[in-house]
Parts: sequence; structure tokens; C-alpha cells
Amino acid sequence: MDLENTFKTGRWCKVIEVKDFVTLNITPYTGDHKFLEGPTARTSKLWDICKEALKEERQNNGLRDVDVNVVSGLTAFEAGYIDKESEVIVGLQTDKLLKRAMKPYGGYNVVKKALSEHGLKPNPIIHESFSKYTKTHNDGVFDAYTDEIRKFRSLGFLTGLPDNYARGRIIGDYRRVALYGINRLIEAKKEDLQKITGPMSDATIRLREEVSEQIRALSDMIEMGNIYGLDLSRPAQNAQEAVQWTYMAYLAAVKEQDGAAMSLGSVSSFLDIFIEKDIQDGKITETDAQEYIDQFVMKLRMVRHLRMEAYDQIFAGDPTWVTESIGGLLIDGRSKVTKTSFRFLNTLYNLGPSPEPNITILWSKNLPKGFKDYCAKVSIETSSIQYENDDLMRTSSNCDDYGIACCVSMQELGKHIQFFGARTNLAKTLLLAINSGRCENTGTQMVDGIPFIEEEYLDYDKVIANFKIAMKEVARVYNEAMNIIHFMHDKYYYEKAQMALIDTNPKINIAYGIAGLSIVADSLSAIKHAKVKPIRDENGLTVDFEIEGDFPKYGNDDDRVDHIARDVVEHFNLELEKLPVYKNAMPTMSVLTITSNVVYGKKTGATPDGRAKGVAFAPGANPMHGRDTHGVIASLNSVAKIDYKDSKDGISNTLSVVPKSLGATPEMRIENLVRTLDGYFGCNAQHLNVNVLDRDTLLHAMEHPEDHPQLTIRVSGYAVNFVRLTREQQQEVLTRSFHETM
Amino acid sequence: MPAGLNCWHAFVLNSMSSTENKLIVHSIESFGTHDGPGIRLVVFLQGCNLQCKYCQNADTIALKGGTPTEMESLVKRAVNMKTYFGDDGGVTVSGGEPMLQSKVLIPFFEALKKEGIHTNIDTNGLIRIPEAKQLISELSDLVMFDVKATTEEGFKTITGAKGLGRLLENIQLREQSKKPYWLRYVLVPDYTDSEESLRWLIETFSGNKYLEKLEILPYHKLGIYKWESLGMDYQFKEIKENTPEQIERAFEMLKPHFKDVIVK
Repeated sequence: MDLENTFKTGRWCKVIEVKDFVTLNITPYTGDHKFLEGPTARTSKLWDICKEALKEERQNNGLRDVDVNVVSGLTAFEAGYIDKESEVIVGLQTDKLLKRAMKPYGGYNVVKKALSEHGLKPNPIIHESFSKYTKTHNDGVFDAYTDEIRKFRSLGFLTGLPDNYARGRIIGDYRRVALYGINRLIEAKKEDLQKITGPMSDATIRLREEVSEQIRALSDMIEMGNIYGLDLSRPAQNAQEAVQWTYMAYLAAVKEQDGAAMSLGSVSSFLDIFIEKDIQDGKITETDAQEYIDQFVMKLRMVRHLRMEAYDQIFAGDPTWVTESIGGLLIDGRSKVTKTSFRFLNTLYNLGPSPEPNITILWSKNLPKGFKDYCAKVSIETSSIQYENDDLMRTSSNCDDYGIACCVSMQELGKHIQFFGARTNLAKTLLLAINSGRCENTGTQMVDGIPFIEEEYLDYDKVIANFKIAMKEVARVYNEAMNIIHFMHDKYYYEKAQMALIDTNPKINIAYGIAGLSIVADSLSAIKHAKVKPIRDENGLTVDFEIEGDFPKYGNDDDRVDHIARDVVEHFNLELEKLPVYKNAMPTMSVLTITSNVVYGKKTGATPDGRAKGVAFAPGANPMHGRDTHGVIASLNSVAKIDYKDSKDGISNTLSVVPKSLGATPEMRIENLVRTLDGYFGCNAQHLNVNVLDRDTLLHAMEHPEDHPQLTIRVSGYAVNFVRLTREQQQEVLTRSFHETM
Repeated sequence: MPAGLNCWHAFVLNSMSSTENKLIVHSIESFGTHDGPGIRLVVFLQGCNLQCKYCQNADTIALKGGTPTEMESLVKRAVNMKTYFGDDGGVTVSGGEPMLQSKVLIPFFEALKKEGIHTNIDTNGLIRIPEAKQLISELSDLVMFDVKATTEEGFKTITGAKGLGRLLENIQLREQSKKPYWLRYVLVPDYTDSEESLRWLIETFSGNKYLEKLEILPYHKLGIYKWESLGMDYQFKEIKENTPEQIERAFEMLKPHFKDVIVK
């Protein structure tokens, strides 16, 4: 099949641009889900094997197998299968199901630690190489870190920075391999390389080296295909190959990199074009189409990285963030929903609920009703999907071909990457303002120039003035750390396979983040609207706060406090925007915690909102647990007031409701959830996780994890198997607001 | 005359004579999915003229307490929810007995109307003051009347006061004003679920043209904890919740006679 004679031709034939192909050839689908098929016998057989392997993994402390003799790479392993005869989509990261691999270029110490936690050691030759001869990203970063950055990091002002693990978040345009074949991609990259000429500045030299690396990775990708008997050098010739080729491209990425988040992008409606063609031509049936998608998704569920236990504190439940974005509209107003959008969601029935791939619905008011209803049904029945506001993101960036990097961050496919930056603890930053710039736990001087507050009761204007000094200084240190991290990551652990599937000079944004927003908002509200008396120890450090009177709390649609939250986000983002960034990346910020809200809480003393020392923060931009007392919509409306322009990397919100609160009947529940999503995104909100669960189910799962192996819950921009959370994290999930008023 | 009657009469007069546009609010639920059509802002008002033995919001009965709340702030809340309302969502005032605060509900509903927001009152239908009549006959887009019992005696047993006659007058007023309304009927085993009671419902209401929906509310005891925390005696403790068969029987009997019958 010659693709240019098969599909509508256009710009995509002349340059590498998948988006043009999709726009010209997509078949939007406006019907309901009734056409969907169940799993084939082969799919069920494979999934049974996977379930058994997953059980073994759980029983073996989260690690089924690991190869200590091989450094992972595109061609490092022989072909691996679940059950070769039953597989229509092949390929594993290693030669065995759920066998993890060492990727030491992010940080060798982390690999060693992860192995030692299971009583294992790397092969002596690898050990010698990475101890003596091979430098890693982690080594580079710590060579360059200042004492000040180390202090902010170790005391918990900056946490989860990708300085000892891979940064991830870059999304290769994996569709390119299916549409163009790798030979054509190599040709294009060679042309690019030729055009990168002198004068030889740092940036030019670096880019020439990077593109050469990319070309080498593309050749490796062909070789990787050969190991499985697949000729990736040419374009895919049919639907099965399109799925297979796309998966192989993604597989190359997760063989090479173990970034925190390794998103897939937005492949469903691209694949639909090939599937639709084969169905029209009578070559395949709906059952075949679903089988390809089921098996593709099954493979994505089996992606694993080697992690140490400490990693689990910030990213609990062993997530991989294979984020696949589905839906949205084209700029021309047509819907991007296709039958394959439904087929992806249908995997949550055919294979059961699952946190991965991290299915993200790009929600538009104008999505077809049949799709909206099906999404709501899937949310209610599986709690496995999340939603982002396509109307907001598409219009503000004038882009209709994007994926979500990690949890909430928009990224134009093949044209844009981001530098992941974890987050800073804004609640601790506020405490700097009240403790003359000292860490409230240790007394360490962090920031100079903040006067001591002597008054018995905190004065709002004085606290705000001090807080602004603290934010400015924290932003400066944060920016310095980020520049070092990404300089070193490029140098020692460059994502050559992924970057090979992205334009040669992509746009870049640096993704800063904040945690503790609701605590800051409520604290400032308490100081402004009630009387707050700090209790200080003999060194003048705050150990507690006494609050006299009531105060408005974030999460109740009350402007008096919601605007404080909004303004803090705006201000901190402005401070970050002033600072120079490595590779001239554009500064952006997110309000997102992943599961680090628990560990952030531990590192933070008592706060003026009445939160005790050590208590977990609310996740993302959520209101603090139990303080949103006016029901779901008041809570959503508070979060919606945070302006997307100030937090372009995303504003994460997680909603948990009990089924009955959505309505009396299944039909009403679907209708009300659709309306809630229309309403929330109609207020220009950006992101929503939806859990529809009874607290009792979670309690039962805590006591009987074996009965709930696939119980999935959305936490903060991603989903986890509830039973794989630590006890502490499970408890934290249970303390969150479950809206249950009837 | 029940002991509380003078008291609530005073309350009505008090709230009527108030020059401020404040409602005495017990609580607010922004995601009401069980009190009228669509997603609703439900404003639970403090204070009730009855004391139903199974009241699930016992803490709203007392005529003291509650938070005086500017009507404008409630309108703003509702306006902030417009994107969620869709075609049929809106605001429901419930309680307690919202009609006790009819005087302030009138400008409240007028303001909501100006914003194009659908209004609904969840009432026991006993209040007959002119402002309440105005709400029933003109202002409210929907009224949900609780039918507590089918005889005056039964009514008194459940609510502590007679009032069926006044309820029927108000329902008639709504019917004559040609505006839609719903009836809600709590199916209390041995008290309100006899065949005779259900037949009375059919005979009394099945011919009403503007009655759009009859909601059957199975009896439950979810509100007991509120009674206990208030130190009040829950007298219906012994009554068992309906069996599925009892609910089914009532549903099947009523269904053919009304436009829409649903079991909540």
C-alpha cells in the first residue's frame, strides 16, 4: 500500500507533519458505544497471563524480575513475548514480561539502591564502568549544584527535582514511524543536520551533536524492529502495522529512558484512519480492530521502570504515565472523536480498570453527545480516566494536535517539548515570611532580608510583604537548580530516541510547579479575616498558631479567599517568568503535586490555617480536606478561579464523589457528570480527575487487597492501583473530601 | 394547637418584618442532584413549622440558629453555577420550611428570574400567607409539595399538627395557576403505604393537569444520628425500612395514573 495513493494527500507528503495527515483523513464518529466488541479469546488468554504475572509482582515486593547484567537500550534485549502465538501486537521492554531493566544514565546510585533493596547488585563490569568511567546526569548535577540549592533541596523547599532520575515528560511523535517509516525520518534528519552550520556557538555545536545522536537512534530503532521481524524502515501498510509501528516507536523510548512520565501522546484517532480504511476495504472486522487496541493497551500496561523505594514517596504506586489523550476538536471545529477513541476506552472493560495508560479526555463543550455520555459512564464505572479542557488549551495555543505530558501539561506533538521541574513548597515559603527567612523546622537561614514579625497577632500586609520577598528568593534558587538539571540531562542522558521523532528545533517550556496552594490561601485568609497568633519557641520559630474567629476557606466559591489563591499563583508565576532559562525555554508553572502532597506535609511545620505540623497537603490545586463544605460545585468553582494564563503547565484538581450523589439512576448519574464537566470547563478550568467510589470499597480493599487487584483510583493527574499505595497514602486518600450529600 | 405554633408564627412575622434581604440559612449544597431537575444549588433554610417524626434534617427544625445570609450573595452563588445548570438545573430552596421566609424569597426569586435561573421550592405546603401564595401561584418555576399523609389524623401523627386541608388548598392554587409542580410522598410502612392511602392519592391527584411528577420516597432512617446528636427522641425507631416488594407494589399501583412516577 502506497500511503500517498491511499489517503488524501497534502502537506504531510512533503514534510514530516502527522497533524496534516490526521486533519485531512480523520473520520469523526458521532454515534454511541453500541458498536464495540468484547475481547477475543487470544486477548483474554494473554491478559490472564499478565494478571498472573502482576500477582507475582505484587507478592514479590513489586519486582517480578530484573536484569542485572545488561544496560537497557533499543537493541539490548532479545525479543520478548507474553505468548507469541496469541500476540497480534508484539514487543516488550526486555526479553521477559514484567522484567525490569537498568537505565543508569540518569543516576547510577539510584539503580544500585533499587537493586540493593531487593538484595541484588549490578553485574561487576557494569559496576566498574559506572563507578569509574561513565558519568551520569546525577553526577553532573551535583558537580554544579551550589550550597544554597542543596540546602533548599534537603530541607524540603524544593522536592522531587529530577536530579537523580530521568526527567521524562518529553513526548516523541510516535505516529511518525507508522506514517513515514524510519528511512524517511532519517533522510529528513540528515537534511536538517546539513543545514546546521557555523559559526559554531555552544548552541549550534550542541544541536549538531544532538541530531547526530537522533540519527543513530533511528538506525537502532530499525534494528530493534528487526529483532521482532518487523521492517520499520518503511511505512505501515495496514491497520495492524500502524498500531505495531506506533507501539515500536514508543517501545524504543521506554527501552532507552525511564523518565518519570513517558506519555504516549494522542495516537487513537491517527490509528483510526488506518483501521477505518481496512474496515472499509473489508480486510478486518470490528473484532480485529478491538483486538489490536486491546493488545496495544495491554502492552502499555506492562511498561515498567526500575525504581527505588524513596521514589514511591513522590510518585506512589509505580506509575509510568503512559498518558494517551483522546478527543478534543480540530481548529476547523470538527470533532476528533473517532471509533478508535471509543475502542481505547473499551479496553477498561475488555481488560478491566487500570491506571495505565493514563487515559485523558480532551473535553470540549462540542464533543458529540454519544462520546460525552460514554466517558461519563466509564468514569462512573472505573474511576480510571481524567479530563482536560480542550476548548481552553486549543484556543489559547491555537493548536489541535497535542498530547498531555505526564498529568496535566499540554504539549504540541512533534513540535514542542518541556523540561520537567517538579515543584516548590509554597506553604514552607509562607512560613519563611513569618520566621524572618528561617526554616521553621531547623532555624536554618534560607532567605535574607525578611524582618522579624514581633506583633502578637499577624498583620496581613506585613506577612504579604515578607511573603513576596520569600517567593522572589525561592523562585531564584528554584530557577538555578532547574537550569543545572536540564543542562546536565541533555549532556548525560539525552532523549535521542524520542527527540528523533520531534522536529529538530522544537519549542521548549520549562515546567515549574507549586505545592500547598490551598494551605497558603487558607492561611492568608485566616490572617486577614480572623486573628492569628503565632506560638513561637525559644528561638522565635513558629511551632503552632492560635486562630480566633472564623475565616473563609478555599473550596467554597468564596471570592474573599479564592482571589487570594488566584493572586498568589499569579505572583509566583511572575517571579519565575523574570528569570533566564537554559536553552531559552519559556517559563510555565503548574499547580500539581502528584502524590508528593503527603511528603510535603511531613516536611512542613504547623501553618496559620490551623493545619498541624506534618499533616498532608491537599493534592494539586484541591481545597484542603474537609474544608469545602458547600458541595462539589462550590469546590470546583474555587479551583476554576485560578487563571490558566498564570499556570499554563496545568492546574490539577481531583474530585471524589460517591455514586449516589451523582443522581438517583444510572442515566441521571451520567447526565449529571456530563453537566458537571461542561460546567467546570465552561468556567475555564483546566483539569479534573474524577473518582466515583464509596469509601467502604476503599476500606475493604485496604483489608483485602487480594480481592481488589485492579481497583483504580485517580490521585493527582494520574491513577494508581489503590492496593499498591502505601498504608499512609491510602489513609490520606481516605481523608480527602468524598462528596456524598444527597 | 401544637406547642411550637405560636413560636413559628412569631418567626414568620419576624422574618416578614425584616427590612434586610437576608435569608436564615442552615446550609448550602451546590451539587443538589436529588431536589428537583438537573444540577441544583440547594439552599436549606433554617426553621420549620412541623416536626415530622422521620425528619432527615432534624437540625433544620429549630426556629433559632442558622446563618443570616445576604440574598445577593446567594444570587451570586447561583450565577456562578450557570454553566453547570444545562437546560433544567437551577436553584431549590428547601429546609426546614422555606415558605416561612417567603417575604425574602420573593426578591430572591425575582433576582434569579432576572438572571434566567430556574427556581424551585421544596415545601410542606402549609403556609398560606400572601407572600407564600404569590410564590406558589406566580414566582416559582416549580414547586415540590410534600404530601405527608392522606388523612388529617395521619397527618397529625406524622407531623405533629393537622394541615392536610391547607396543603390541598395550596396544591389547588398551583394547579389553577397552570404551572408545573411535583408531589413527593414518603412511603412509611404501616403509616402511609396502605392500599387505601395510595388509592386516595390516585383519586385526589390523578386528574391534575399540571402535576408533572410523583416521587415516591422510600422510608429510611439516615437522619437518626441528627436526632440523637440534638438530644431529641426519634419516635419512629421501630419502623422498618420498606422491603423492595413494598416499594414495587406501590410503584405499580401508582404508575398508570400519573404522567411520571419515580422511586428515589
